[in-house]
Amino acid sequence: MQDIKTRVRSYIDDNFIMSSAGAQLKDSDSFIEWHVIDSTGFLELVTFLEEIYGFVVEDEEMVPDNLDSLNSIEAYVLRKLAS
Amino acid sequence: MLLHHLFEKSARHTPAKVALVFEGQRLSYAQIDAQATCLAASLQRCGVQRGDRVASFLDNGVEAVVSLYATLKCGGVFMPINPLTKSDKLGYLLNDARASALITHAALRAVYADALAQNKSVHTCFVVGAVDPAWADTRCVAYSERCENAFDPPFAIDQDLAGIIYTSGSTGEPKGVMLTHLNMVSSARSICSYLALQADDVILCALPLAFDYGLYQILMSHLVGATVVLERSFSFPVKVLEVMTREQVTVFPGVPTMFSLLMNLKSLRDYPLVTLRKITNTAAVLPEEHIHQLRNLFPQAQLYSMYGLTECKRVTYLPPDQLDTRPTSVGRGMPNQEVWLVDTAGNRLPNGNTGELVIRGSNVMRGYWEKPVQTAERLKPGPISGETVLYSGDVFRTDAEGYLYFVARIDDIIKSRGEKVSPREVEAVLYEIPGVLEAAVIGVPDPVLGEAVKAFLTLKKGVTSSEREVIRYCLSRLESFMAPKSVVFLDAFPKTDTGKIKKNHLA
Repeated sequence: MQDIKTRVRSYIDDNFIMSSAGAQLKDSDSFIEWHVIDSTGFLELVTFLEEIYGFVVEDEEMVPDNLDSLNSIEAYVLRKLAS
Repeated sequence: MLLHHLFEKSARHTPAKVALVFEGQRLSYAQIDAQATCLAASLQRCGVQRGDRVASFLDNGVEAVVSLYATLKCGGVFMPINPLTKSDKLGYLLNDARASALITHAALRAVYADALAQNKSVHTCFVVGAVDPAWADTRCVAYSERCENAFDPPFAIDQDLAGIIYTSGSTGEPKGVMLTHLNMVSSARSICSYLALQADDVILCALPLAFDYGLYQILMSHLVGATVVLERSFSFPVKVLEVMTREQVTVFPGVPTMFSLLMNLKSLRDYPLVTLRKITNTAAVLPEEHIHQLRNLFPQAQLYSMYGLTECKRVTYLPPDQLDTRPTSVGRGMPNQEVWLVDTAGNRLPNGNTGELVIRGSNVMRGYWEKPVQTAERLKPGPISGETVLYSGDVFRTDAEGYLYFVARIDDIIKSRGEKVSPREVEAVLYEIPGVLEAAVIGVPDPVLGEAVKAFLTLKKGVTSSEREVIRYCLSRLESFMAPKSVVFLDAFPKTDTGKIKKNHLA
């Protein structure tokens, strides 16, 4: 399977990059703080993760700790896939 | 009375009380007042004078609140700009207003750097977060809460401008709505009185402070000596619900999009929000179905349907006890303000008619910044010689008792088969269809009908529908000329900075 961060980064590159911060976006950078994704964008990101990785993102999992950076998404996806 | 005096009065009465909660920080009235005075002194030292525009290009946070009061304290005009704004538009706004100072965040560097490169009016840019010395524009300095300068309060009166708020671009080039201290104090007082806000309220604000609805949550909370719980955004509704529960929030102001996100959560019932007393809605009319759901979900809270426009802040509210009788009404004029409907010739219409809404009150703006033509289209002579009243550009109807029902923007009415079609009315029916998340209706040229009704929909996750199903449902609920002729399913709507659907981007 393609590396999670690479895959999500390319999805974000294709679909968001609200500001021009994308090029320098570090794995630990907050999408919110750097204005990479806005509120409706997170809904799209969730749909993308569900489609690609075949799990359901529960309401209570839609929190910044799981979704607000490439690092947090990777950790979250790995946790979900392992469960 | 100047706008910041409302806050300063509360700061004198209850200096130790928590005025602002933000991401774990709790700041008292005295702390915010002290920080604002220090920043006001810094603004003054770098040359900001009475009447100068100070742009605040910040996400919701402590600095955004401090910047507001600091700007007002030093006699400046507060100019909030949505942090989602891109560099060209930011450059336009700074140039149009000839802003003297900009307060922003290092995370927005890519945007403000490009904007500053197109701008000469800004002499100082305060940057929250690290300023990169090798890169930064020489006008950029670090935002500091330290008090390095003495503050000298300037002379000011309530006819001076307190704010310029640019209206979203849904009707063309952004226009700066000029609001005096009197305008804003009047609005804040009227709204506080009909909402009966009080010092023990805890007000949640997940609306951007660059949007007047968000900004006024701060102003009104601090007017009554209450506590604001500020959230950066509504991106993570469950997180907001957790904060609301923890902070025992009593007032929840929202817009229809936020309520629809909330009602989509399966876990919503896990957050009973027992302390909630009031829910307010504005910016767009809540579909009747959503009103019903909200009342069922939060029976302990009163729901206020309201209507307003930046040019006068708020116009109407529906007293919650009227919600059962007239659920789709946005109510009547708020206190200390007069509203009426006029026909196309400007004649005042009795109750039971449809016409353009006109507003008279001390909350009505002074005009659009340096746009006399557009100002004259909206501000027209009122009943007393020398006064002006605001023509809203919105069509309403009144019932026999004078309660108002939004019909459409003046230029929004669709004429199909010679009949007038209100997009609002068609949209209300579309919202009844299970699975519809958001809906918008426009008129498109049609050789036979004049204009044909075209509907755009977004659907809830996992729901599918077809054009045929939607049209069939509308035909069962509406006169045939009102039913959409075509239906387009979208992934998402184009929206303005304040979350309104951009109908002029649909075709």
